[in-house]
Amino acid sequence: MRITQGTFYYLPDLTDDEIALQLRSAIGNGWAISVESTADPRPQGNLWDMWGLPMFGHRDPAGALHEINECRAAYPDRYIRVSAYDSRHGRQTTALSFLVNRPPE
Amino acid sequence: MNGTRPAPVPADPGPLPDDASVDLSSERKRAAVDEILDSLDRELVGLVPVKTRIREIAALLLVDRVRARFGLAAQAPSLHMCFTGNPGTGKTTVALRMAELLHRLGYLRSGHVVSVTRDDLVGQYVGHTAPKTKDVLKRAMGGVLFIDEAYYLYRAENERDYGAESIEILLQYMENHRDDLVVILAGYADRMETFFASNPGMSSRIAHHLEFPDYTLDELAEIGDLMLAGQRYRLSEEAAAVFREYLARRMTQPRFANARSVRNALERARLRHANRLVAASGTLGKDDLMRLEPADFLSSRVFSD
Repeated sequence: MRITQGTFYYLPDLTDDEIALQLRSAIGNGWAISVESTADPRPQGNLWDMWGLPMFGHRDPAGALHEINECRAAYPDRYIRVSAYDSRHGRQTTALSFLVNRPPE
Repeated sequence: MNGTRPAPVPADPGPLPDDASVDLSSERKRAAVDEILDSLDRELVGLVPVKTRIREIAALLLVDRVRARFGLAAQAPSLHMCFTGNPGTGKTTVALRMAELLHRLGYLRSGHVVSVTRDDLVGQYVGHTAPKTKDVLKRAMGGVLFIDEAYYLYRAENERDYGAESIEILLQYMENHRDDLVVILAGYADRMETFFASNPGMSSRIAHHLEFPDYTLDELAEIGDLMLAGQRYRLSEEAAAVFREYLARRMTQPRFANARSVRNALERARLRHANRLVAASGTLGKDDLMRLEPADFLSSRVFSD
């Protein structure tokens, strides 16, 4: 069964250009981007492994995109998602999250 | 999943026909390049070789833009640079302007400058350097990575120094992420020379070696005038002559740092100026508050020997 989740679950998978645009808008909002992966994407009772640290202080999506590609190369058979964390007081939560990689069928 | 679907096509009119012509000056205006080049000319005194090279780079990028509209895509030029020159010759200032210029010409996406030194790149223990350097590089993407006193990265006396690891990663990113970031190394000429001698890979990956010459006496005086104008001060006529004399003496003394020394001299003159006004404690006009007198310079240590 094809698993969908996250902000754009109802859309087809985003291309790299579209991912870059989403990341750009997240950075513009001051959100920190992080990359996570898992082999088991069940929504409950499951933690995703972080790929590196959240990327605070970036001004351009190229850095995050680079990490996404590194993660894809390391775990081609895992689900990978990016999250954007809004650290503003009173919010302090994940503001955006979507899949950027799924294992081959 | 990458490439499963074509990216949405932006409103691109497609390449121009072969017999079309493009007005270069309107293209210049669109990029607002002249504005930056003019402000560079106006606000930075001297530095003729540097300005010439910047104009050349601007022209190249502009022509590349027009060529791209005809479908004559060429590989993006490598714009990693090395700035060498004595202290206070304007390396950092030019780096900031360069980032702005490259951003306007569409070479850089965001045009910010991440300014680092060895501390920010090199770690303290095994395995610490790579993540640290990569983090800095990622933060600089879309803009300029300015590495001040870059020669400290390589310590010849200690071959287990982590600096070498940092240089290796730098080289890798400079090569593979050429359209994501521009690396500018800065440092004093002689020590950069030894740095490049021991890192030939670095030297060959840097297309532009810009040398920042020392300022002449006239240029220093002009820099002083610009700085004063910026702070809403001015020199009285006698003070202008004394200030020139001050600069001439200061230039021959040790630890002279070009524009930085000028700025320090003016800071101290402002101190004495304020002190003089407080000591006189009379009524003051606007002009008194702006005018620096010879006395504000003459009590300097530079004149005592």
